[in-house]
Amino acid sequence: MREIDVARVEETVRALFLSACCEIGADVLGLLERRLEEEESPFGCEVLRQLIENDRLAAREQRPICQDTGMAVIFMDVGQDVHFVGGDVNEAIEQGVRRAYRDGCFRASVLTPLTRVNTGDNTPAIVHMRIVPGERVTLTAAPKGFGSENMSRLWMLTPAQGVEGVKDCIVETVRLAGGNPCPPVVVGVGIGGTAERAMLMAKHSLTRECGEPSLDPMLAQMEQELLGRINDLGIGPQGLGGRVTALAVHIEQAPTHIAGLPVAVNMQCHAARHKTAVI
Amino acid sequence: MARMIHAPLIGEEIAGLRAGDSVLLTGTIYTGRDAAHKRLCALVKEGKPLPFDVRGQVIYYAGPCPAKPGDPIGSCGPTTSYRMDAYAPTLCDLGLIGMIGKGPRSEAVMQAIRRNHGVYFAATGGAGALIASCVRAARVIAFDDLGTEAIRELRVESLPLIVAIDAQGGNLYEEGPARYRR
Repeated sequence: MREIDVARVEETVRALFLSACCEIGADVLGLLERRLEEEESPFGCEVLRQLIENDRLAAREQRPICQDTGMAVIFMDVGQDVHFVGGDVNEAIEQGVRRAYRDGCFRASVLTPLTRVNTGDNTPAIVHMRIVPGERVTLTAAPKGFGSENMSRLWMLTPAQGVEGVKDCIVETVRLAGGNPCPPVVVGVGIGGTAERAMLMAKHSLTRECGEPSLDPMLAQMEQELLGRINDLGIGPQGLGGRVTALAVHIEQAPTHIAGLPVAVNMQCHAARHKTAVI
Repeated sequence: MARMIHAPLIGEEIAGLRAGDSVLLTGTIYTGRDAAHKRLCALVKEGKPLPFDVRGQVIYYAGPCPAKPGDPIGSCGPTTSYRMDAYAPTLCDLGLIGMIGKGPRSEAVMQAIRRNHGVYFAATGGAGALIASCVRAARVIAFDDLGTEAIRELRVESLPLIVAIDAQGGNLYEEGPARYRR
C-alpha cells in the first residue's frame, strides 16, 4: 500500500492543464510542419503557416493556443495499491482544474446545459477513472474544445454493414463536419463495446501520440486507409479546400454484442492537446 | 497580396470583395457569440434598441480568454459560425455588413448577405494567440454578466482574414473543397 496525498493530485492536475492549454505537443507541431510541405492549396498553406506560428507563439509566451481552453477531460489510472490521504481525491481534481484555469487566464466555458448559467471556474471536470494494478497514479489532461466535439457522432451499425460500413461512416462523419471542427483534424474512433464504451474509446484514442499507429496491425492498416480517404475529401485546412483535412486517424476496438456494431467518432481539432504525468 | 480594409465597412470599400480574397482588417469591430446573439434578437423582437448601432458594422464570433495583466485581451480566435445562423439574417437586415467566424453558413445567411450587400470573413480557427496580437484595445459594451460571451468593442490592426462568402454568391467553402476533391 502506498499513500498519496490528494494535494499532489491537485498540483499535478493544475500543472498538466497549465501546460496542455499553452504548449502543443511536438507530435502535433511536427505533423503540421510535415503536412505543410504536402499541401497544394494556397489557402491551406497560409492556414497551416498561421497555425504553426500561433502554436510557437503560445508556447513561448505561455498563452492559450486557442481561446477555447475546453472542458477539462481527465483520464486517471489509479493503482489498486494506492491509498489517497488528506482529503477527497475528487475534490482535489476539481480544485486543480479550478486553479489552472484561473492562474492561466483560461476561459471559463462550462455552464448548466438548460439554464445556461456559467459555473465560473470551468468545473466540473470530466473524469474517467480506472483501477489498474500497481501503486502509481497516471493522469492525462486533455482539454477538449467544442468546435470539434460538436461534430462527433455515434453510429449504431448492424453487423451486416461490416468493416466497409464502419469505414464509410467514419469518412461520412468527417465529410459532414466540413470546415466546422477546425481541420486539419485528428479523428478518434471507437469500434465495439456499448454506445458509451464506443465513445469513450474514441475519446481515449485521442490521447495517443498524434499519428502513432495502432498496435493492432488490422487497425493500423485501417487508420492509414481512412486517412487517405479523408484527405481525398478535399476539405483542407479550415475547410477552405486542400489536401490536408486530417493529421491522423486513431482507432480503438473492444468486443461488442452479437446484435451490434457501434462506431463512435470523436472529432478533435488541430489543437490536439494532451499532457500526461505519473505520480 | 492582402488588401487593407477598414471597419466600420463603407460600401465602396467592400463592393469589390470576392470569395477567396485575402484582407487585413483595421478598425473597430464587435464580438458576439451564442448568448449575445440570442439577446440581441430578443431585443429586436421586443422593438427595443440594441446596445450598439449595427449599421455598417462587423460582428466577430468570438469569446476571448481573460486578458493577462497588461494585455488588452486573451487568446481570441473565431468560434464556429453556424450556431449564429438562426440570428444572423435578422442583424443583416438591420444593416450589419460584416461577420467574422469560421466554417460554412446556411442558405438563409448567404441570402441575407446577398440581399444586404454584406460579406462573411473566415479567420483562422485555433490561432487564438496570434489573433490576440492584432487586438490593440478591448472593452465590454453590453451584457457584462455573460462573461466571455459579453459584447466587446475591439480595436484591431491588420487582422488577417479571408473572404469566405461574398454578396455575389461566391462561397469558398463550396468552391475550395471542390477543387481538391478526388
